[in-house]
Amino acid sequence: MIAGMTALYIFMLAAFTGYEIISRVPVILHTPLMSGSNFVHGIVLVGAMVAMGHASTPVEQVIGFFGVLLAAGNAVGGYVVTERMLEMFRSSKKGAR
Amino acid sequence: MMDTLIAASYFVSAILFILGLKRMSSPVTARGGIVWAGVGMLVATLITFFYPGMHNYLPMTVAIAIGGGMAFWSGRKVAMTDMPQMIALYNGMGGGAAGAIAAVELLKGEFTSTTFLALAIAGALIGSISFAGSLVAFAKLQGWARKPLRFPGQQVFNLSLLAASVALGAWLALNGQLPAALILVFFALALGYGVMMALPIGGADMPVVISLFNALTGLAVAFEGFVLSNPAMIIAGTVVGSAGTLLTQLMAKAMNRSIANVLFSAFGTTGGEAAGEVSGSMKPVDATDVGVMMAFAERVVIVPGYGMAVAQAQHKIHELTELLQSRGVDVKFAIHPVAGRMPGHMNVLLAEANVPYDLLYDLDEINPSFAKTDVALVIGANDVVNPMARTNPESPIYGMPILNVDQAKNVIVIKRGQGKGFSGVENGLFYADNTRMLYGDGQAMVGELIQAVKSVD
Repeated sequence: MIAGMTALYIFMLAAFTGYEIISRVPVILHTPLMSGSNFVHGIVLVGAMVAMGHASTPVEQVIGFFGVLLAAGNAVGGYVVTERMLEMFRSSKKGAR
Repeated sequence: MMDTLIAASYFVSAILFILGLKRMSSPVTARGGIVWAGVGMLVATLITFFYPGMHNYLPMTVAIAIGGGMAFWSGRKVAMTDMPQMIALYNGMGGGAAGAIAAVELLKGEFTSTTFLALAIAGALIGSISFAGSLVAFAKLQGWARKPLRFPGQQVFNLSLLAASVALGAWLALNGQLPAALILVFFALALGYGVMMALPIGGADMPVVISLFNALTGLAVAFEGFVLSNPAMIIAGTVVGSAGTLLTQLMAKAMNRSIANVLFSAFGTTGGEAAGEVSGSMKPVDATDVGVMMAFAERVVIVPGYGMAVAQAQHKIHELTELLQSRGVDVKFAIHPVAGRMPGHMNVLLAEANVPYDLLYDLDEINPSFAKTDVALVIGANDVVNPMARTNPESPIYGMPILNVDQAKNVIVIKRGQGKGFSGVENGLFYADNTRMLYGDGQAMVGELIQAVKSVD
């Protein structure tokens, strides 16, 4: 799908994007943002599914199984705690969130 | 056709991740941000079921159900004070998943180029370190292993362990042959280093370490994304990797230490004792007097630290805040970036207790106003308010940016006993002429303050 220099370009642009996004985040959102980015790397689930889906030997299948299990935990857990934290932030000016 | 649809879906989810994170950079839109990212995740996961040439669907679905179910349950019920260890745990799981992907690919050994092989191995190394390290961090924060473990020659041992895993990884990448036994040794070394590197790190350094492991997992995911030619993984992983690196730097800077210093030197063991000598005495005060003082103050600044989390005092603090505000007292909160056990820990706890976020002020915003503050109430914070960081070049924390609480007209410190803080460094603030010590449990003491303020009229 993607090769060589193209992959390198994607890497570079994504790195700058990440840097730019977080450099403007107010301190009060550091925790939700960290746990939000923790959720985002739960995309590893997709890779784990592909690896497991193509595993052939029993050993590969077992490792793949744990990979998918861990990745699903990362994605779901990351979402739930981030959502819970963000739900709590409210301003005194508007009263409600 | 299917290929195009899959590629398009990954593209859409990458966009949703970036926009979601972007929206999380403001308190107003943050709530929607996580939903956007969540939709991105859902799209990417569902379309992956249609990936060409896949089998093992049944066990795959079972794995998703078990992993997702357990995480959903634990994430729902975890208390806000325990959030740092939960985030460490989920983060470690991501690192472990990246390692597992690499293990499957390495065992198959069907690499088209050395570059992909090297990336798979690098991702395996980083992912395994993040996995093992995060689990140790989780155990420490959970209170299963509270004392940092240190032994002579630890740094040399750890560095040799890291060097051995890097060397073996490099050899595997260049050799072309991938014997299963050596792959096993490689993972054992990487996991071992992850454990060893996290063991000596103390509680106060946890904000730096947690965000570092977060960045490492992101990077590992990106590397495995290259191996699987999966752009969604590359983009999401890299964005998290660089964002996490920046956050780690911010945290380290807030402690005036380099990341290497946090990882390789044990805090509090470097000369602290002799350097921390202070003159004067700690002057106790009782809650009734403090209540009166606060009730008639014009400006009050509350400075929370990890002790507030331990005492679960945030709800009482909120009650006290509202009570004081109803009397026309201007109440603000001063939040040090590394107060607590993860970045922004205090903000989350105060938000949980319904303290509006616009009352919370960052180090740079609040410091100029301490001189005009009538009462500064320090609850459970120690090193982040220690004026010796400004005045005593011999102090181990010298140079660390602190909250200038000592400049307030009156300083009240709520503290369990006379002992030193986590780092073992003496705190000059406790001995200052304008400081009074309110000894006792944080929650109980704030409760007494509330009663005292109520009985003023």
